[in-house]
Amino acid sequence: MNRTFSNIKTIAKRELASYFNSPVAYIFLIIFLVLTAFFTFNVSAFFERNEASLSSFFTWHPWLYLVLVPAIGMRQWAEERRSGTIEMLFTLPVTAAQAIFGKFFAGWIFLGLALILTFPMVITVNYLGNPDNGVILTGYIGSFLVAGVYLAITILTSAFTRSQIVSFITSVVICLFLVLAGWPPVTRVLPPWLDSIVAKFSVMPHYQTLQRGMVDVQDLFFFVSVMAFALFATGVVLRSRRAG
Amino acid sequence: MIQVQNLVKWYGPLLAVDDVSFDVQKGEVLGFLGPNGAGKSTTMRMITGFLPASSGTVHVENLDISEHGTQARAQIGYLPENAPAYPEMSVQAFLEFIADIHLLQGKARDKAIERVMEICHLSNIRHQTIDTLSKGYRRRTCLAQSMLADSPNLVLDEPTEGLDPNQKREVRKLIRNMAHDKAIILSTHILEEVQAICDRLIIIDQGKLICNGTPDELCRRSSDAGTVTVGVKTQDSDQIRAKLEAISGVKNVTVLTKDQETATLTLQPSASDETRFQLADAVAEKLSEENLTYNELHTSTGSLETFFQEVTVSETEQENAA
Repeated sequence: MNRTFSNIKTIAKRELASYFNSPVAYIFLIIFLVLTAFFTFNVSAFFERNEASLSSFFTWHPWLYLVLVPAIGMRQWAEERRSGTIEMLFTLPVTAAQAIFGKFFAGWIFLGLALILTFPMVITVNYLGNPDNGVILTGYIGSFLVAGVYLAITILTSAFTRSQIVSFITSVVICLFLVLAGWPPVTRVLPPWLDSIVAKFSVMPHYQTLQRGMVDVQDLFFFVSVMAFALFATGVVLRSRRAG
Repeated sequence: MIQVQNLVKWYGPLLAVDDVSFDVQKGEVLGFLGPNGAGKSTTMRMITGFLPASSGTVHVENLDISEHGTQARAQIGYLPENAPAYPEMSVQAFLEFIADIHLLQGKARDKAIERVMEICHLSNIRHQTIDTLSKGYRRRTCLAQSMLADSPNLVLDEPTEGLDPNQKREVRKLIRNMAHDKAIILSTHILEEVQAICDRLIIIDQGKLICNGTPDELCRRSSDAGTVTVGVKTQDSDQIRAKLEAISGVKNVTVLTKDQETATLTLQPSASDETRFQLADAVAEKLSEENLTYNELHTSTGSLETFFQEVTVSETEQENAA
């Protein structure tokens, strides 16, 4: 147990350091912060709305993550396989599960850090009015969980290929499906019986409940189970790829 | 100690490793020799638990690698082919990562890192990132990684590849020095290297284990083992040749070089057992009977190169056969 925890920590630490050793981390943080501000203030017209809430800020997160999260996760296994370091990693006393979780947590912590850096939004809205900070908190939790789901899916696509680009494109497509499946403009077009089935796969209804300030176990279960499934599948893929 | 039993590996319809068995004891350096694509790296990947075997077993310190993977892998230091290492990390950070994985802490961790840095001469480049390193330094960084935990077993896939002659000599010395308390498997295609550092060697070709023995034993099995070379003072090389051919136990004689005063000839023994190594005595006797003086007389103990050529099928031969 001790060894499991220690190995996950060691791998997460290394992965996280490697983000900051390359320009990827800084470019990501800058783009993320600039885009969230741009969409909140310019596109959603934060000031004209005259509401003390961050709904105009959170609305855009599932769309922004669509390209930004795959950019963070695409290298995780694709790069290990391309450079051959996977052979070194898996001949160390580390299990595949420890390596997968370690890498996942590194990416998720990084995305959490990006979210934390949006704190001036919270200060601004609190300065200008009296928002419900509980709703803002559940909004952040929802955003963090959506990022985690996208990340887990990107990690899965990354295990399939040596090419980061292939991993990126595949995960964007899958995540786009997860968003669109529950998006009213899409669901309105579908026949009602199909609509309810497709919408079950979507992150949107679960995300929106949290944006309204409600924490439902069902929603949390949805997010956690999608992440668990994608990471488990990553383990299966890595094992079968090694089997040759 | 590493024990390999009836190891088989299929890549789809392709048989890469075909029923290979051998073992390496503590205190022994085993050389792994074979043409490119013979299955050396695949075998090493199965020994270190990276690839699952199609059938057969690998035991490391009596632990089955497929059942007790983590524990067994903790007993092996491995240098993979091409010496992979995380390019964005510094040498120091990379070795710290490996030490953490091996659960080394505090002073023991620092000491282990210093030890391998010193052995592999990495101290002066410790803060350089790995992607800026030359090929030789990179390989030594990865070699340092394999030795960091001081595991009782080492598996080294071409440890001297890409090093300059001085570095090669040093790495060989290093491996030799570690051999007394470790079981070491190393692959190479440099034959002198095998003779310099291996206690035993196995040759693998097209996935099959062809032979297993000490370098001397295998040399003696080559066709040029027992060949006698003699330099005789004479002007008539043909006459000498006829005389030497008359010695019993000689298969044929060829004149290698001749000039005004001496002729150098080689004699192939007809026997294939141990008696062929006594041919030189008969030659010396014959020459003194004939009152001929000679300035050179020696028996070849055979060469690994010849043996290797004889037992492995070269790619061009395969193509011709097809």
